[in-house]
Amino acid sequence: MRSSVIIFPGSNCDRDMDVALKKFGFKNQMVWHNDQSIPKSDLIVLPGGFSYGDYLRCGSIASKSKIIKSVIDFANSGGLVLGICNGFQILTETGLLNGILQQNKFLNFICCNVFVKVKDKQNKYFKDLKKDVLELHIAHNEGNYFCSDDELKSLEDNNQIAVTYCGKDGTENEKTNPNGAIKNIAGIFNKNKNVLGMMPHPERMIDKYLSGEDGSLFFKNILDNFK
Amino acid sequence: MEVTEAVAIDHGLKKEEFSKICELLKRTPNLTELAIFSAMWNEHCSYKSSRKHLKKMHTKGKQVIQGPGENAGVIDIGDDDAIVFKIESHNHPSFIEPYQGAATGVGGIMRDVFTMGARPIANLNSIHFGSPQHKKTRNLLRGVVKGIGGYGNCIGVPTIAGQTTFDESYNGNILVNAMTLGLVNKNKIFYSKAAGLDKPVIYVGSKTGRDGIHGASMASATFDDKIEEKKPTVQVGDPFTEKLLLEACLELMADNSIIAIQDMGAAGLTSSSVEMASKGNLGIELNLSEVPCREEKMSPYEIMLSESQERMLIVLEKGKEEHAKKIFDKWNLDFAIIGKTTNSKKIELIFDNKKVAEIPIDLLAENAPIYDRPWKKTKLPQKLKFDKDEFKSLKLSDCLKKILSNSNISEKKWIWDQYDHTVMGDTIQKPGGDAGVVRVHGTNKAVAASVDSSALYCFSHPLTGGKQIVCESYRNLISVGAKPIAITNCLNFGNPEKEKNMGEFVECVEGITEASKYLDFPVVSGNVSFYNETKDKGIKPTPTIGGVGLISDYQRMLTMDFKTDGNLVYVIGKTDGHLDQSIFARELLNEKKGPPPTVNLFNEKNIGETVLDLSRKNLIVSCHDVSLGGILTALSKMCIKGKKGIKINSLKGLTNKYEYFFGEDQARYIVEIPKASLKKVNDILNKYSVHFDELGTVNGQSIVYKDDINLPIEELADAHKYWLKKYMDS
Repeated sequence: MRSSVIIFPGSNCDRDMDVALKKFGFKNQMVWHNDQSIPKSDLIVLPGGFSYGDYLRCGSIASKSKIIKSVIDFANSGGLVLGICNGFQILTETGLLNGILQQNKFLNFICCNVFVKVKDKQNKYFKDLKKDVLELHIAHNEGNYFCSDDELKSLEDNNQIAVTYCGKDGTENEKTNPNGAIKNIAGIFNKNKNVLGMMPHPERMIDKYLSGEDGSLFFKNILDNFK
Repeated sequence: MEVTEAVAIDHGLKKEEFSKICELLKRTPNLTELAIFSAMWNEHCSYKSSRKHLKKMHTKGKQVIQGPGENAGVIDIGDDDAIVFKIESHNHPSFIEPYQGAATGVGGIMRDVFTMGARPIANLNSIHFGSPQHKKTRNLLRGVVKGIGGYGNCIGVPTIAGQTTFDESYNGNILVNAMTLGLVNKNKIFYSKAAGLDKPVIYVGSKTGRDGIHGASMASATFDDKIEEKKPTVQVGDPFTEKLLLEACLELMADNSIIAIQDMGAAGLTSSSVEMASKGNLGIELNLSEVPCREEKMSPYEIMLSESQERMLIVLEKGKEEHAKKIFDKWNLDFAIIGKTTNSKKIELIFDNKKVAEIPIDLLAENAPIYDRPWKKTKLPQKLKFDKDEFKSLKLSDCLKKILSNSNISEKKWIWDQYDHTVMGDTIQKPGGDAGVVRVHGTNKAVAASVDSSALYCFSHPLTGGKQIVCESYRNLISVGAKPIAITNCLNFGNPEKEKNMGEFVECVEGITEASKYLDFPVVSGNVSFYNETKDKGIKPTPTIGGVGLISDYQRMLTMDFKTDGNLVYVIGKTDGHLDQSIFARELLNEKKGPPPTVNLFNEKNIGETVLDLSRKNLIVSCHDVSLGGILTALSKMCIKGKKGIKINSLKGLTNKYEYFFGEDQARYIVEIPKASLKKVNDILNKYSVHFDELGTVNGQSIVYKDDINLPIEELADAHKYWLKKYMDS
């Protein structure tokens, strides 16, 4: 499976994503934000970081960058686009995903392990995933997902909520919500479920010496579903 | 403006220093020249009070590639890999403006590291605040933590460890010390020594603004009531630009275009240009009209003194200008050829086609004043005799809970949750352990680092205190299974013009030197921060040691959390029960006198090597050094982290359980041993002839000791984990 990771000035999880993708067998290449086009890919990843310093609003300048038109075209033609953390913020700014990511409820940057519940398995990311709850890692200041009532209804009706923050046993409540996101939302799909944005970083959980290994399941599952 | 003695004094120079300048120049300097002298001759840049003593430090070793004197120190970790590291203070600005002060402290130290060609792989910090009751403490802490996080998180370098303390002596002067480690190929290290004539001098990075003017002078003076007025001397950081600068510099460093490179830190363009020329024994000519400026009508004076952040000065190979410019254009950074190297051995400044300054380099560097300041020895205080009746009313379990929730012992999760400690995907030991550990990307190796200071010990007896911190750093590295290699130090002290403060400095340095020599743990970089004093009240002497060690196979890294029920727990090293200066004496007996625990370097080394041997042979499964709060505090932390209890044995011949459990004797470790390894462990302990106590067995969910203690781990965890969060929320 061929993948491309887009590097914006200020991206800082681009290398980590490259390492993770290659570890599980993706043929990955890095693409500079000023490039006109993206090499032939089966998956495009917008990595975490602080694209363009996150000035104005997180992800907003990146959503107007030169490369982004190719990303949008690719998504609209059904290609898999994954945005992690800042990548999720960029996807909401482009309009590929609904809603916005506001500052965390407690106004602090937060870096810790979290559990997320996989809400939908009828998609190319989570289909046949063996676990329902994954332990992943978050590191963000603006991960507090919010959208209008109509948008929320439509997300729910179309099963577009991908993952929600929860406890180890899967309970979703205020206590297991690290940043105040509406309905504990940690990640969502577009309508066609080829575009996934999520705050947690699977690429930081890919071997037992790191914070955990559930990120490995995530990447392997994408590959398995592609075969 | 006419330059007079009064103007010189306004610039922080002493009367005698001004006369010396006129004498050396054989004329009165103009205002720009005076500014350059004041920037180079202040304490912060010239080390004029400390240099005499720093020379004595132990700075050499088999693995040292570069000792003090460069942007950072460099050590060899094998296979052509080298670690570049340094710690630096940003105390004065952080007290005036905590967010920007702390943020630019982190930015500055990272620049020092990537200037040498290394990619930063880990940040650490040691931060010290006034009493929790002091009205400013909460806001200063919040601002500093946000500043450190705001900068480090954005760059994408994990903050892997740190230290936070509270003491009333920091009420008017907080300390913010930031440390960075970088990884470089040892054959591709860049230095600040210029070489060759007529080579282009390049300015890259952010534009120059009016921020931070006189920053270095501000950091070389004490505070008074008017510190608020000094806010404009604090620099403003932009981590995004630094991230671009980092990537652009590393890209340019991939080939051989750069002759010398120096970041513009304290005293900005002045100190960077003078240092490069001085090290290369050359002259330098700068055309200040070419310097990219953020604001209009900046004068040569302002351009030379600005401490705007995220800027670098490079001496480039001729003919490489276009190639270099392309890279900086790609990263959207300013690039300007602002001068050249010359054989004049002078710094010559041109502005609007006129020469505006001309000073021989040696007057600024070698001829800068050096002071042999008078200093006073601190006598070793008399050891206290504790009255047994004092202990009678104390219950062990109450004492333990009180100590675990003490501001200086309690867990600092509220802080490190705000730092990205996992970016770069190689953090294998997060904050909260004895040391932070990151893997050397793509290898089996890992680097451990820790920051330590013991102001109470240093205040009581600086010589012992100086030794103790080096040992503590050594132990912290060994506790994670790393072989200690070298240290960096940040020497935070009061006013060197006072004999007592100067004495504290001299004796701490002596202690550090003695210990680092004995342990073969050389100092490779560091900085000195004097004048941490407000309205005549100075801080307790606070040298901070940043230690770095190597784990050759990261699978053998140790953590402190207890692992398995039934495993045996030993204390390695002898416990005499030294309570003077302990947290127990302070918290429960309200006793602040007495000497710090004795440091026995032979024991430190021998016991350290013993533990390292045990870890290399995979015979122990957890390890923690015993320091502040003694055995029971250390045990509790191991229990809380592992969510496991311990049954402590009835210890034979115990005369005073308080002394045994809370004494802060040095050179001790607690280790967890699987039963199957026991014989081998005993053999090794006997081989090294080290003292050890069989303390107990990992068991259940409570700490149990005879009828004295029976505390569920959860209860201890509550006491330990939430003090800071509650304090910040209150």
